[in-house]
Amino acid sequence: MTTATAETEIGCPSGLEPPADGVSIDPAPFVRRSNGLARLDLAVFGAKCAGCIRKIESAMNALPEMQSARLNLSTGRLSLVWKDGAFAPREIAERLDAIGYRAAPFDPEKVEQESDREGRKLLRSLAVAGFATANVMLLSISVWAGGGEMGPATRELMHWVSAMIAVPAALYAGRPFFSSALRALKSGHANMDVPISLAVLLALSLSIFEFFKGGPHTYFDAAVMLLFFLLIGRYLDHRLRLRARAAARDLLALQAATSSRLNEDGTLTSVAARDIVPGDRLLLAPGDRAPVDCVIEEGDSNLDMSLVSGESAPVHAQEGTSLYSGVLNLTSKLTVRATKSADASLVADLTRLIEAGEQSKSRYIKLADKAASLYVPVVHTLALATFLGWMFIGEAGLRVSVMNAVAVLIITCPCALGLAAPAVQVVATGRLFRSGVLVKSGDALERLAEIDAVVFDKTGTLTYGKPRLANREEISDETLRAAASLARVSRHPLARAIVAEAGPGKPAPDAVETAGAGIEGTIDGERARLGRAAWVGAESAADDDAQESWFRLGDAPPVRFRFEDRLREDACESIADLEKLGLEVEMLSGDRQAAAASIAERLGVKAWRAELQPQQKIERLEELKAKGVKVAMVGDGLNDAPSLACAHASFSPGSAADASQAAADYVYQGDNLAPIAETVVVARAARRRMLENFGFAALYNACAVPLAALGHVTPLIAAIAMSGSSIIVTLNALRLSMGKRRKS
Amino acid sequence: MTAILFLLPIALLLGGLGLGAFLWALKSGQFEDPDGAAARILLDDDLEEDGDEEPKP
Repeated sequence: MTTATAETEIGCPSGLEPPADGVSIDPAPFVRRSNGLARLDLAVFGAKCAGCIRKIESAMNALPEMQSARLNLSTGRLSLVWKDGAFAPREIAERLDAIGYRAAPFDPEKVEQESDREGRKLLRSLAVAGFATANVMLLSISVWAGGGEMGPATRELMHWVSAMIAVPAALYAGRPFFSSALRALKSGHANMDVPISLAVLLALSLSIFEFFKGGPHTYFDAAVMLLFFLLIGRYLDHRLRLRARAAARDLLALQAATSSRLNEDGTLTSVAARDIVPGDRLLLAPGDRAPVDCVIEEGDSNLDMSLVSGESAPVHAQEGTSLYSGVLNLTSKLTVRATKSADASLVADLTRLIEAGEQSKSRYIKLADKAASLYVPVVHTLALATFLGWMFIGEAGLRVSVMNAVAVLIITCPCALGLAAPAVQVVATGRLFRSGVLVKSGDALERLAEIDAVVFDKTGTLTYGKPRLANREEISDETLRAAASLARVSRHPLARAIVAEAGPGKPAPDAVETAGAGIEGTIDGERARLGRAAWVGAESAADDDAQESWFRLGDAPPVRFRFEDRLREDACESIADLEKLGLEVEMLSGDRQAAAASIAERLGVKAWRAELQPQQKIERLEELKAKGVKVAMVGDGLNDAPSLACAHASFSPGSAADASQAAADYVYQGDNLAPIAETVVVARAARRRMLENFGFAALYNACAVPLAALGHVTPLIAAIAMSGSSIIVTLNALRLSMGKRRKS
Repeated sequence: MTAILFLLPIALLLGGLGLGAFLWALKSGQFEDPDGAAARILLDDDLEEDGDEEPKP
């Protein structure tokens, strides 16, 4: 096998996933120690296949005294156990970086909440209910089929065995419903679980009563089947919510940042961001993010302030400049003094804004809940009316009246209702997942189906968010190659753009970067400079020097490199598609008026605003909300995260900041905007399917309830109706994914 | 009809075995990492490199 060559490549060897960018965080403060062993959990980004497991685990096992290294591919968690003190934890991060994966430490207190106890409980209940349904149905069918031939003694035996299986199974499998119903009743209102619990308990006790009376009809099968179908719906719903939580994990990993603290004696210790106190001196190397709000004490450098403004054009900063947490240091080493603790810093403020937005979203009432609030009183009234009708008008006696009332409760079972929404959501999310869109919550589909407007962030969303060389044709190959050899030593975005244009090569050996000016080095024995016009010795006519740089080799005339942020290829079409769907399109940008105006004009977007702070973007969204317009927000920057959280629905590209991805309902992969329109189409189709399913459930009940109320329903008819209606809503949900196949 | 006297317990026992096996699998962490389990079967280097696996005779 080609093990040796695979080892030299970085990132996922299958090529399914590009190598993760960014630098791993020193996990030292997150190591847990006990009995001479050290344990560490890391979130690993970029692992996708069997080759990744092998690469990562063998790299970890190569460390001295590593006792166990196991990567969970489903959750992206790497669990390590080693003999304490065998090596510095920083080496783990360095090795992962070297093979092309980025790692962030978990906060162990938060990991505990990840364990999926509720899902386990549901799955166990589901297994028990499935077992009971299959076996009780076996017995019930023989009773139904036996009809006249079966003697009463045999029938009694069958009922006896059914009771022995169904009663404990229903009591065990019904716990999720019973406890939820009890909680709802205690707080003084009724949810969907109240009629479910009532139907199950009444069916069980009625059946036991009938069994002792020697009656021919029992509802043991109906009780467990009802639970089985409902648990399927409940489990699907839970899986969707679990995926949403896994996506939020990225945000937790971001907050678990570490930093290098400069001690009195000049040594460095790695500390977790939450342990930094105001007054601490910290060292920010190029590529580090400021962990807390701080002020520069020593050094000058270029900074990426995109957190605040959303624009990635770097800003030059020197001694005395205040930095917000999350600001990325680009060019040279800085010593800073912390002015706030992590809890009071800007990232924490953003997190709080995101939480506030998410809380307002959780007040959204799902379609299923709306249906349930109608369903509960109607069904209970019907059952009560049936009982009273038989008791007093029909004068049929207590036993027949109760029997018929229970039949109404069972036949109106919310199977179709309980399965309708989750089944549609699972099918729709699966279809979107195949088109590269990750849906993070079930009700996101319902919210997206309702929107009237789409609001775009500009930089990084409508555009690529990175400068690209705009005047390549004016520059000779020779000059480009020379400039690139200087540019390779820098992290500055403009330098990166030159390198990207020139392709691979070697950096100039003695190239040195001066913050705020440029890079200087020797090329073919001559001094060369790449940087600002004044520093290189050129006359610049441009009013904005963030979008150009100059190159001069020896005494030759300086050459101008002009840059611009390019629009995404399908931006125009996607916006036209969205408008065709009847949506208003608006653009909000943190960029300057002129830049925003030219982009808006090229895209044909009439409504746009520029020079907005994150807070102002939220204000604009609130303004639209107050007018009754439901908005979907599309954004990528950390500064967009709060607006993403407060919009009615939100999108973020896979290239976005972790916090934005965590705040958005949908994350789409790739360089195109087309998935947005597709997602809107799927969401609307999903909503239609759901309404159809609810409509079907209503129709079914309209037919079944009169039959049950008039006493024509036997356990056999109840079983057929229940499973029939569940299968029909599931098939209707599956139509969503079939529609796609027909089109393509 | 005496047949059901032993057929019923057999049917229930088999069903119960299936249920028990599933609950055991759930408890012992078989469902912790479905993606990883699918991928790990493709790895064969534990046979050659690591000492903890018996080498082929």
